[in-house]
Amino acid sequence: MVNATAGPPVRSERTGDVAVVHAADYLNRLSGERIERACREHLRAGCRALVVDFSETSVVNSIGVSILMGVIDTAERAQAPLVFAGASGQAAQLFELLGLTRHVSLAPDSRAGVALLAQYAQGVAP
Amino acid sequence: MSGETIRLLHAFSALADLSEQIAETRDFGEMARSALHVILGALGLRRGAVAEYEQEPGALRLVAAWGLGEDVPASFAFDAGRAELLAAAGGDVLQLDAADAPDLSRRTLGYELSVALPALRLRLVAPLVAHGELVGLLALGDKATEEAFTPDEREVVRTMARHVGVGIHNHRLLREVEARAGENRQLYDNLRSIYRDTVRAFAAAIDCKDKYTQGHSERVGKYSEIIARELGWSEEQIEGVAVGGYLHDVGKLVVERDIINAPYRIDAKQSVELNRHPAAGYEILAPIRHPDADIPLMARYHHERIDGRGYPDGLTGEQIPPAAKIVALADSFDAMTTDRTYRRRKEFPEVVADLRRNAGKQFDAGVVLALCRALLKELNGDARPRPITRLLGRDYLEPDSARPLLLELIADLEAAAHATASGV
Repeated sequence: MVNATAGPPVRSERTGDVAVVHAADYLNRLSGERIERACREHLRAGCRALVVDFSETSVVNSIGVSILMGVIDTAERAQAPLVFAGASGQAAQLFELLGLTRHVSLAPDSRAGVALLAQYAQGVAP
Repeated sequence: MSGETIRLLHAFSALADLSEQIAETRDFGEMARSALHVILGALGLRRGAVAEYEQEPGALRLVAAWGLGEDVPASFAFDAGRAELLAAAGGDVLQLDAADAPDLSRRTLGYELSVALPALRLRLVAPLVAHGELVGLLALGDKATEEAFTPDEREVVRTMARHVGVGIHNHRLLREVEARAGENRQLYDNLRSIYRDTVRAFAAAIDCKDKYTQGHSERVGKYSEIIARELGWSEEQIEGVAVGGYLHDVGKLVVERDIINAPYRIDAKQSVELNRHPAAGYEILAPIRHPDADIPLMARYHHERIDGRGYPDGLTGEQIPPAAKIVALADSFDAMTTDRTYRRRKEFPEVVADLRRNAGKQFDAGVVLALCRALLKELNGDARPRPITRLLGRDYLEPDSARPLLLELIADLEAAAHATASGV
């Protein structure tokens, strides 16, 4: 069985209550599960909002989409707003078509994503 | 690119991903999890599960789940009758929230499952069928768009379910083949073990005929094994030469006990009688189908010499099978290092002198070199355990005096081998 925690760690950083998790170049099952795990760990560590940064991601396959659904579930259970940032035009269109954007907001980059979350925190509705 | 094109490309790409995951993932659980992810990701579904149908004990066992939380039952009872019903439906997808669903699902899935699946927010059920038999069930939850499944999407699910069904079927076949291979391996190992034990028992029986050489055959087997290992032979070859060592004297069973046990040097006539034993051994061993076909030859040729002065056939050099050369040295080494009826065993310096004198004449020089290297490794503590030292007896080898003798002989044999290879 492949260990979901195997492989290089997911790069992430925390700014206040917001964690920014960076997706790999190719979002497949292994890299996707590492992202989901990183998100869960940040939420467990007290983060109140998440940004997943896709600026380095060139391909999101079907497995990647499924994992992102899991990230959405994780965030919803923790009542943490979630932003997908830096997705390419095609990936953003796919997120839209498959309904992911009903549950997450999109931002052009992670800085804009963090700013968007700051607005939510001040009471601006997502 | 239009939305419909992107959706189509994504679905095609997912089908390719699914085929790849099913074909290339060897671990069954891993395959099921990956296949489930592909299906969920292809249609943008938030949750789903794959269960494998087990005819015995009649259950659907969960093998992959996503988005269902922690408290998911590990299996559901599912009898053979319902399995046949679902398989007969030919893989039709069942929508649990359709108008006629409660009756239909209860009839095909049974009460437990038709209640449990909606409770887990799983709405769509696709039987996984291969070769007309139910192998599992795919259950899927809502789309992230919260829209109803379109007929096209149901068809995608049906197609993917067919792939997963075949994947489960193939993995089952693979598991059966692996289990059979494991059983066969076990059987083979048991037979090998019985064969080895029989050979050892036989060796003990051979040695019983000669009260003064008890344990000789076993020691020759062990020395042969050690030399072959030092020469870098494969495990199969090592086992073969060890068995050859154990059985090399089997022909003595046809030689009169008085000659074997004579407490003096035997005369020429008795010697002729005794020298029948290699050929007799071959006759005894040849009809037996040994794992190593050379074993009868090891018995026949263990008294041959490199210089052609051996018996029974007077073979020379390369005419003698390599394994027989090993057994020949192991036999002589044990004869030199054990007491006999008519003489005490040789001291180790005498043994080294004998090996030096006879390397390339009586014994193959490369085989002598291997024995010396194995001995030196034990003296230097590089070999653990130390089987030769144990067989020779704790006090026989005196490291300080034995080591330089061995080093010198090894150097001389290596130099001779180098000179031969260089054509000097």
